[in-house]
Amino acid sequence: MCVKRVPLTGGRMVLTADEQAIETRHLGFTISPHEECGVEEAVRIVEAQGGETTVLTLGPPEAEEQIRETLATGADRGILLAVEGEEWDPQATAGAILSTIESEEASGGAFDLIVFGNESADSGNFQVGIRVAHALGRPVVTGLKGLTVDGGRARCEQEVAGGRDVYDVPLPAVVTVLEGINLPRYPSVPAKLRARQKPIDKSSPERPDSRLEKLRLVLPPGQGKQAEILGEGADAAPAVVGVMRDLGVAP
Amino acid sequence: MSVLALVEQIDGQVDELSLQALSLARELADGEPLTALLAGEGGREASAQLGSHGVANALVAEDERLGAYAPGAWARSVTDAIDRLGTGAVVAPGTVRGNEVLSHVAARLDLPFAANCAAIDERSPLTVTRVRWGGSLLEEARVHGSPALLSVAPHTVPAATVNGADAPSVESFAPALDENDLLVRVAEHVDAATAGISLAEAKVVVSGGRGVGSADGFGMLEELAELLHAAVGCSRVVTSAGWRPHTDQVGQTGTKVSPDLYIACGISGATQHIAGCKGAKKILAINSDAEAPILASADYAVIGDLTEIVPAITAELRKGREP
Repeated sequence: MCVKRVPLTGGRMVLTADEQAIETRHLGFTISPHEECGVEEAVRIVEAQGGETTVLTLGPPEAEEQIRETLATGADRGILLAVEGEEWDPQATAGAILSTIESEEASGGAFDLIVFGNESADSGNFQVGIRVAHALGRPVVTGLKGLTVDGGRARCEQEVAGGRDVYDVPLPAVVTVLEGINLPRYPSVPAKLRARQKPIDKSSPERPDSRLEKLRLVLPPGQGKQAEILGEGADAAPAVVGVMRDLGVAP
Repeated sequence: MSVLALVEQIDGQVDELSLQALSLARELADGEPLTALLAGEGGREASAQLGSHGVANALVAEDERLGAYAPGAWARSVTDAIDRLGTGAVVAPGTVRGNEVLSHVAARLDLPFAANCAAIDERSPLTVTRVRWGGSLLEEARVHGSPALLSVAPHTVPAATVNGADAPSVESFAPALDENDLLVRVAEHVDAATAGISLAEAKVVVSGGRGVGSADGFGMLEELAELLHAAVGCSRVVTSAGWRPHTDQVGQTGTKVSPDLYIACGISGATQHIAGCKGAKKILAINSDAEAPILASADYAVIGDLTEIVPAITAELRKGREP
């Protein structure tokens, strides 16, 4: 299961002075929502069928916190590719994940299933899982809202207009999942304590040049409009209904 | 620049987001003829609609195995088309399939792929503005690789038309599909049991957040929604707590809505949520905190306890219906 540390942005984003990142001094961190569900899905499969869940991340050394969180919700071991400095582009990220998977598989055998979030919450590149799958020569199905692993195959369900599209692929395979595929558990206190004892392997790959090169970040225009206050409490109801009628949405 | 645009169609009807992507593709082409690539049944029929969107040539990938969607087969159609045309850039809509197919193309050709672009800043060297955080942040990025692979973020570029254009010339070709291209393909479609008004298409959405307090608290929102023929939505906090199903979630990782009126009850206005509701024409916030971030995205606000305000609005609407 591959995850990415991202800030909990709250209501308003502020950029750093060099326009290269979001100011995170006052923010907490988490993993992308799709990935929280990916971890839960992997853990449920292992609970039902046996095996082991490994969580892999490429991020700053502090991303160890996010690995510990996944270990507290049922993952077995972590791999941290600790990198500092500039952001990695999706091609470089996929390359580092691929090398790690290849060396893990050389010693431990193939992962039956490699899970990604459909896209990261922050950079939203939509491609890392597909690149890794292509390099490994394995089938990849994206955007899953349903997954059943049985008899060496994965039945994968995508939500589309009017229903669900179903794919059936042989393992080993790569999948990318969406939030809503399950409802992730919260970690218990004993689970958090056990997570401290679980192993995390660390290494520090070199960052290649970006081929999708971030020049700067920009806040979109049109932020910070101020709402017209229609009133306070229940007394505002006639004004609200007036607005609804003006908009043509109320009888 | 010679540009190839991937166009999605259903039963011969071109998808609106593909028309939007054509606007950016035409800007990138900067006067050179624009070629559209369509795949599968209906491609030929759909291509006739593209002249008024500035497409000079349509290339239709035809093979009976393109009938059921297979991302690898579409990617093969794109790479074959690149070989035929020697194209400088490929532009796709930033849809589920557009982003998926271009990711496959990028992986096969070992090229960068800029997903969800909103603007072309410079043609040489190619610099784009792309969407991050579901639209809460923009990134200016340079693309180092040729052909450049770009998808266009939905609803950031209007689908513009050109005057006096002829229907494009149409050429079909058979992509050299191999077994691996077809390993992953739609095997089955299951129809959904639809009930009520769909969140994505509702004219009014009554949405609740942490401030609603409990699953039961949504009862009063449902009552108001029924009077307004509205759908009920919620924030991510609510689905994480298990009060509502994920299908009701509005947000970056939920449903993106575009109603005439979005009523946000007890929703603080995290960027994750705003990414899902900023397509609304008007937003009404009902919140106990006059400093909540939602007020910076809302058009109207009522300050106070939503458990008093929502039933009062419902009562006021009912009063209006009495003879």
